[in-house]
Amino acid sequence: MVKPEIYRSLGLTDNEYQRILDILNRDPTATELAMFSVEWSEHCGYPRSRNWLKLLPRTGKYETFLGEDAGGIIVDNLAIVFKIESHNHPSQVEPKQGAGTGVGGIIRDIFTTGARPIALLDSLRFGPLKKSFNRYIARGVVDGIQFYGNCVGVPTVGGEAYFDECYSGNCLVNVMCIGIANKEELLGARFSGVGSSIIYVGARTGRDGIGGCSVLASQELGEDEEKRPNVQIGDPFTEKCLIEATLEAAATRNMAGIKDMGAAGLTCATSEMASAGGSGAEIELRLVPRREAGMEPWEVMMSESQERMLLCVREGKEEEIERIFKKWDLGAQAIGKVTGDGIVRIRDNGKIVAEIEAQALTKAPVYDMHHKKPEYLEKVNKLDIKKLPEPKDYNRVLLRLLASPSISSKKTIYEQYDHMVQTNTITLPGSDSAVLRIKGTSIAIAATTDCNSRYCYLNPYRGAQIAVAEAARNLVCSGAEPVALTDCLNLGNPEKPDRFFQFKSCVEGIADACKFLNLAVISGNVSFYNESPRGAIYPTPVIGMVGIIDDFKKVCTQYFKGEGHTVILLGLCKEELGGSEYLKEIHRIVGGNSPEMHLQLEQGVQLTALEVIRKGLAYSAHDCSEGGLAVALAECCISDRENMLGANIDKLNSGIRPDALLFGESQSRIILSCKEDSVTEIRNIARKNNAPFQVVGHTGGKRLRIWAGEKELINLPLGKQFERWANSLESLISN
Amino acid sequence: MNFGVVVFPGSNCDQDCLYVIKDILNQPVEYIWHRDMKLESFDCIVLPGGFSYGDYLRTGAIARFSPIIKEIPEFIRQGKAVIGICNGFQILLEAGLLPGAMLRNRNIHFICRYVYIRVENSETPFTNLCRNGQILRMPIAHNEGNYNIDDKGLQELNENRQVVFRYCNSEGEITDESNPNGTLDNIAGIMNKEGNLLGIMPHPERSSESLLGSEDGLFIFKSIVKWLEKR
Repeated sequence: MVKPEIYRSLGLTDNEYQRILDILNRDPTATELAMFSVEWSEHCGYPRSRNWLKLLPRTGKYETFLGEDAGGIIVDNLAIVFKIESHNHPSQVEPKQGAGTGVGGIIRDIFTTGARPIALLDSLRFGPLKKSFNRYIARGVVDGIQFYGNCVGVPTVGGEAYFDECYSGNCLVNVMCIGIANKEELLGARFSGVGSSIIYVGARTGRDGIGGCSVLASQELGEDEEKRPNVQIGDPFTEKCLIEATLEAAATRNMAGIKDMGAAGLTCATSEMASAGGSGAEIELRLVPRREAGMEPWEVMMSESQERMLLCVREGKEEEIERIFKKWDLGAQAIGKVTGDGIVRIRDNGKIVAEIEAQALTKAPVYDMHHKKPEYLEKVNKLDIKKLPEPKDYNRVLLRLLASPSISSKKTIYEQYDHMVQTNTITLPGSDSAVLRIKGTSIAIAATTDCNSRYCYLNPYRGAQIAVAEAARNLVCSGAEPVALTDCLNLGNPEKPDRFFQFKSCVEGIADACKFLNLAVISGNVSFYNESPRGAIYPTPVIGMVGIIDDFKKVCTQYFKGEGHTVILLGLCKEELGGSEYLKEIHRIVGGNSPEMHLQLEQGVQLTALEVIRKGLAYSAHDCSEGGLAVALAECCISDRENMLGANIDKLNSGIRPDALLFGESQSRIILSCKEDSVTEIRNIARKNNAPFQVVGHTGGKRLRIWAGEKELINLPLGKQFERWANSLESLISN
Repeated sequence: MNFGVVVFPGSNCDQDCLYVIKDILNQPVEYIWHRDMKLESFDCIVLPGGFSYGDYLRTGAIARFSPIIKEIPEFIRQGKAVIGICNGFQILLEAGLLPGAMLRNRNIHFICRYVYIRVENSETPFTNLCRNGQILRMPIAHNEGNYNIDDKGLQELNENRQVVFRYCNSEGEITDESNPNGTLDNIAGIMNKEGNLLGIMPHPERSSESLLGSEDGLFIFKSIVKWLEKR
């Protein structure tokens, strides 16, 4: 009989323990108990979220495929594979290694499908940088991403960074990786073919990261807990060699399956590959390469040492595959065989230490969680904007917003990342989305990550819809048709009903927006327990989206391109200020409801912009987001440093409060610029798609001027705006 | 006239170099695994950028022991061309095939961005299509590009016109502001005395297509092709 303290310390509940007894019909061994605890953890088994994730649509405009570790879309013969994953708690505990191994883990999920990783994006959230501890976390995370990503040779082409009090004590580090493969060459994470060899490749196994997925990722963070030993250590050089060796081995077509030993290490790889392939497996732990002596069997099974993978190699082909890995100075060691009995059998020097049916081990219990509308909602949603004083000096407000860390240029971060290696990056960081050409084809892909978590805090359902809509809008502004997404759902403790309400509402919001916009959710990740003693984070459902550009010569960027071009605004400026950066930065209020989201209007605006760009009518296109219209216009003017260009916006329809007009964050708006001759054609395209259209001004000069009717609200030289926008984050973070 | 692109474990610009030479310039090119020692069939060897052996010790400090590096002196003696880009430059320094050493960038961060460099010597196999003083726009991407050498070494480099590129501003002026990493005298690329082995920090292979933002890197690759044709 195992004592309750023991299984509870592994994160198992009394009921779960009873279920283990029922499955085994006997007491579990120490190894078996450890294996169940990690496989059934939220991180691996999704027992609390799985029921709701079924709502997400898995099909869309293109053929999709859903692999065990990542999914993708098929365009002609090309498979575009992608996934986003969190490494939040490890990064909070040890920022550099936590973030670095986050990068390494997601890259392995991509190349184990047989796809070459071609791009990384990072969605980061930190507490305010005025606190030194938050600066330490932010700097460490950026350092970890550059350390790992640069060395491994996958360009970091995009992402986002937000700063808010709710992330003090629990930062978010979500990393997305995109890969490409010939669709015939895709590999599964499966054991198949009785007698096939199970080969361990990569780094040796140590005691690092034991319980990473169960103890660290599936619990709240305590105040002063020492969890550093649960964080893994990254070795990007080994990873780079693993990428090359794996792709070389995949090309032989003699690998029947492959899986990363990431979260839950060898336990996860053996049981999930056996379960996915409808097979069993027999493994001898004595053969597992070690870097430490005296490890117990359960430690070997739980270790999350990085840069290790498990291969399933067809009988008789072992030597050929081992030779490839050895060429890259990587260890390759046969540790077992695929069997036909559906049992995962683990031996240690011949003695059986675990013997569990693979299906039972991988089928985590599913819980129907309680959910209840959070009490804070009613209070924060109340906001009477009539009571807010209007600013006296709009220029000062714009300058303050441009300097807000969440809005300001992220150059100081992305210049530390190699964003050009592999020579595919057509649009460098700094525009609405990253664009990568696919060599050997005429197409390019655009990619972005997006989530405004303040909207999700104020209205989880709508906020999640906005995250989907805005990600799609970013892609459209590059000239791409949005096709599919991966989601990283970062939330608080799911055992608390108000937190679970947020989760469920976010999933519903994403599902409904995706169905309306015909977008497929091809992979994803749930990260619960993002709470510190200071409370839960805002619900942060990060959307990583990919779009297709049929002709890579028709790529659009956000910067104004030349004097005298007409500036057009698609969409509506509503009198709404809820959740805005303006309200937070200037009035110190986080409140109101999030901006409205009408998917029909969104779609009309997006279809218009896409058609306009594809017809070559637009010189620039930029989404209006945080900071509203004024910030978006300023970004059109100043964000291409060497070619800054002013504008006179003197034809805006007003009729609403000027601060809402300039700084409100109404959704479904895109700023276009074009030559005078194209205006009529663009107006007709907008009319056809029911998209509100107005000419609002012209480009030119060295100042940005914005008028509401007869009143000039903004009149600022570009240099001054640039200086605030370009330098604010650097001076805050490096302090 | 064959190009060879050396692959060390951890190289990550090898495929980019091969792509430019093969797909943009239509020149014959092959990978050379770092343990291969047969170089007879090649006329120009490219040591590409990346993180050979992870650069965990010092950039290039392990790769310089690769078997292929031992063959380079003889290859140069035969009058053939070698170009080391970024990590390739760092390996050539560690191997003693070029003088001087790299320090960390003065801001102690990795820097990836476009810079301008000025051609200081156009009478080389690598710059014969350029004018002296021509400004090229190319990206850098490195942690250690802060070149250093003692006074005597610097004097020799200058006397022999071994400094091939210097960082400059868009007007071609050599200023401290246009020096991205603190490198001595704004040095971005140097060659050996014989003039057939170049080390360069910026990436010509990343700036050889207008689609990517610059074609200036082609000046270097095309110069090599022209030089090899005449040889």
